Amino acid sequence: MSARHRIPGITATATTDLPVLKPFNAKASGHDDIGFCRFLANLSPQTIFLFVFVVALWPIAALAQAKYTLGDAFDALWKWIPFLVTKGFALNILISFLTMAIGTFAGVLLGLWQISPNRAVRKFAWAITQTFRNSPWLVLLFIVMLAFPFEVSIGGLTIPIPDWMKAVFGLSLPIMANISEVVRGAIQSVPTGQWEASESLAFSRRQVLWQIILPQCFKRMIPPWMNWYAILTMATPLVSLLGVEEIVTLSRQAMEGEDNHPELLIPFYGFCLVIFFVYCYPIARWTISLERKFSVKL
Amino acid sequence: MATSTWTEKDPMVSATDVHKSFGDLEVLKGISMDVMKGECICIIGPSGSGKSTFIRCINALNPINAGSILVEGQEVNDPQLDKLELRKKVGMVFQQYNLFPHKTALENIMMAPLKVLKQEKSEVEARARDLIKKVRLDGKEDSYPGELSGGQQQRVAIARSLAMRPDVMLFDEVTAALDPETVKEVLVTIRELAEEGMTCILVTHEMGFAREVANHIYFTDRGIIVEHGPPKTFFTKAKDPRTKEFLSQIL
Amino acid sequence: MLQAIQDYFRELYEANPSWNFIYIYDPVQAQRVLDGLLMTVWLSVVCVILSVVIGVVGAWLQGSPVRWVRAIVQGYIQFFRNTPPLIQLLFFYFALGQFTPKYSPDGWLEVPIISNVGWAIISLSFFAGAFNVEIFRSGIEAVPESTKEASESLGMNRLQTYGYVVLPLAFRVSLPALNNNLVNLVKTTTQAIVIAVPELLYQLVSIYNDYSTAQNACMVLMFVVYIGLVGILVLTMNRWERAMRIPGYGA
Repeated sequence: MSARHRIPGITATATTDLPVLKPFNAKASGHDDIGFCRFLANLSPQTIFLFVFVVALWPIAALAQAKYTLGDAFDALWKWIPFLVTKGFALNILISFLTMAIGTFAGVLLGLWQISPNRAVRKFAWAITQTFRNSPWLVLLFIVMLAFPFEVSIGGLTIPIPDWMKAVFGLSLPIMANISEVVRGAIQSVPTGQWEASESLAFSRRQVLWQIILPQCFKRMIPPWMNWYAILTMATPLVSLLGVEEIVTLSRQAMEGEDNHPELLIPFYGFCLVIFFVYCYPIARWTISLERKFSVKL
Repeated sequence: MATSTWTEKDPMVSATDVHKSFGDLEVLKGISMDVMKGECICIIGPSGSGKSTFIRCINALNPINAGSILVEGQEVNDPQLDKLELRKKVGMVFQQYNLFPHKTALENIMMAPLKVLKQEKSEVEARARDLIKKVRLDGKEDSYPGELSGGQQQRVAIARSLAMRPDVMLFDEVTAALDPETVKEVLVTIRELAEEGMTCILVTHEMGFAREVANHIYFTDRGIIVEHGPPKTFFTKAKDPRTKEFLSQIL
Repeated sequence: MLQAIQDYFRELYEANPSWNFIYIYDPVQAQRVLDGLLMTVWLSVVCVILSVVIGVVGAWLQGSPVRWVRAIVQGYIQFFRNTPPLIQLLFFYFALGQFTPKYSPDGWLEVPIISNVGWAIISLSFFAGAFNVEIFRSGIEAVPESTKEASESLGMNRLQTYGYVVLPLAFRVSLPALNNNLVNLVKTTTQAIVIAVPELLYQLVSIYNDYSTAQNACMVLMFVVYIGLVGILVLTMNRWERAMRIPGYGA
């Protein structure tokens, strides 16, 4: 019996994992870098379909007498789906891609400024980050929408800026601020010993950052980055409030085209819920598997 | 409460053929022992031999599958058992201290008498301050557990149990999680308790301490009591080969 | 004094037609801003309270021994956390709102029992509540079994263990995540504009729709007020978090 040879405190050092408080594993908030994806990935795919199904069934009794049945409403939805997906949801995806690209570029820059040796730069970057992280996305959208001109002229060339492009700028601001925090957090998670060791080897600060620190934390940034992409995609319907013709706006127009029967509301909005879920779910699963893979190696 | 005919001359804790399984794994395969008032008992044995499980059973933290444990004549293995009555009589100290981290040392000690026994606050506080002195932690009354060392936390935990004025104290490997330097301060506290006549049951790996303080030593292995006896004969004249092997490894 | 300020902004408008701070010198517009602000604060406060209640009840139901109760709670959390709050608002108000009964105050007009403000409160509370359930549950799970055992062995019953030890600890552990979520909730109240709830954003948007010269002024106010509101909330929460910190643990 091998246990006999290891007697804690006598033949071996006493080991302990003091259970004062176990780690807090909220799958909920900003505390977990990839909380949103973790949650999404843990869903069973049936759940949301089941829910939509139940919600759709519930009012059927109430509508049984009506001339326009829920069945007719689903027929109408079926007719509109190709249009809603190719014209509406495709724009949501385009907006999410462009926003993520701009937001990431600006966010990385801002994040690096946040750890700048220059105090003024650091403070400035911190203030910008906090401002845009803490303001409601919708307010930022409205402001950008109104503050941006309809068109810009560059050397006699007039380029019109469509509404959806302005929406991209508006959504980029909070994404930038949050990516900035991701970058700062990842860099600061590298032990200070790494900085000291490389500085003692006469690397310059820039070299330390780009050749030693960033390669180490690059992988660590990917899962939270993807988490923000999923959150952003879920936020794109906000731009419908500004008249951008994405899926929610087009759904509304389609319902008008079908004479605004109240029976249409559940199928159409339900479809919006489902399509976002279908798009984000694989991303969430992928994020989780990446996170698991990277956390083992690091 | 069933009226018991228990008197102080009967065993304080009397276990008879205790069996306990976790699923398919049988951890206790018939443990019997009697502990008289004022005795100090040490249970030793290799890891996984069931010693901790056994003393947790005395406090009804783990229910037993068969056999009987009587504490002052009261059957612990009784579904009708009033756990509050049992736990007023039996204090327990854990390996990991398990202090309440959001309360100060003094509040930790006062909590159970105030909330469970509904005793008067001024009286409880006076007693708690005495206990703090007794475990030599004067001045640490208002420290939080997170601000104390392991040994200090463990002494607060002992004081916390004593505040309930138990008749029996159970110590479950209370020094196993401590640094070697702080083990001693905790053992001193326990020894004083034993010398004052508190009935103590310890699960421990501190052989030197067991030898000095215990009245009786039980050696358990694989769920049974292999051998027991007073420390003098136990450490020098062990008969069973398993006991001999265990002792040869640690002494 | 007030007169002087109002005159200053009136003159500013005459000199710079694109900077019309109309809500400062026009009492009607000032009232709209004030109403909007009150509605935002009212919405936030009510939703914060309700969502915390939902969180506590949900976390409690999640520990239910009945399987289908747990399944329902899980389904609720999954639906609300997984879909855009904007579509939730639309869904609640338009899709579900048509099935709620209506009443007639004057025998002529048909008014639904639940107004758009009512639906906003319901929708936003359930949205934030879904996160709170998870937050509280994680907090409760962070309290180790052995700490619960320690309070049990001090004679506390289940209710006392939860009331004095588990919940106070769980609350402190959950606080940072809870605060994050509540700040997020206040930010999300702006989305109630989609069902025409007259909160601050709605009022400011309608002011500049009525007076196109007030656009810049409205944007400035929008930005300042929301940064201010969220800033105050974040600061208070941080201070509270520090005050509730368990001494000796965490950063």
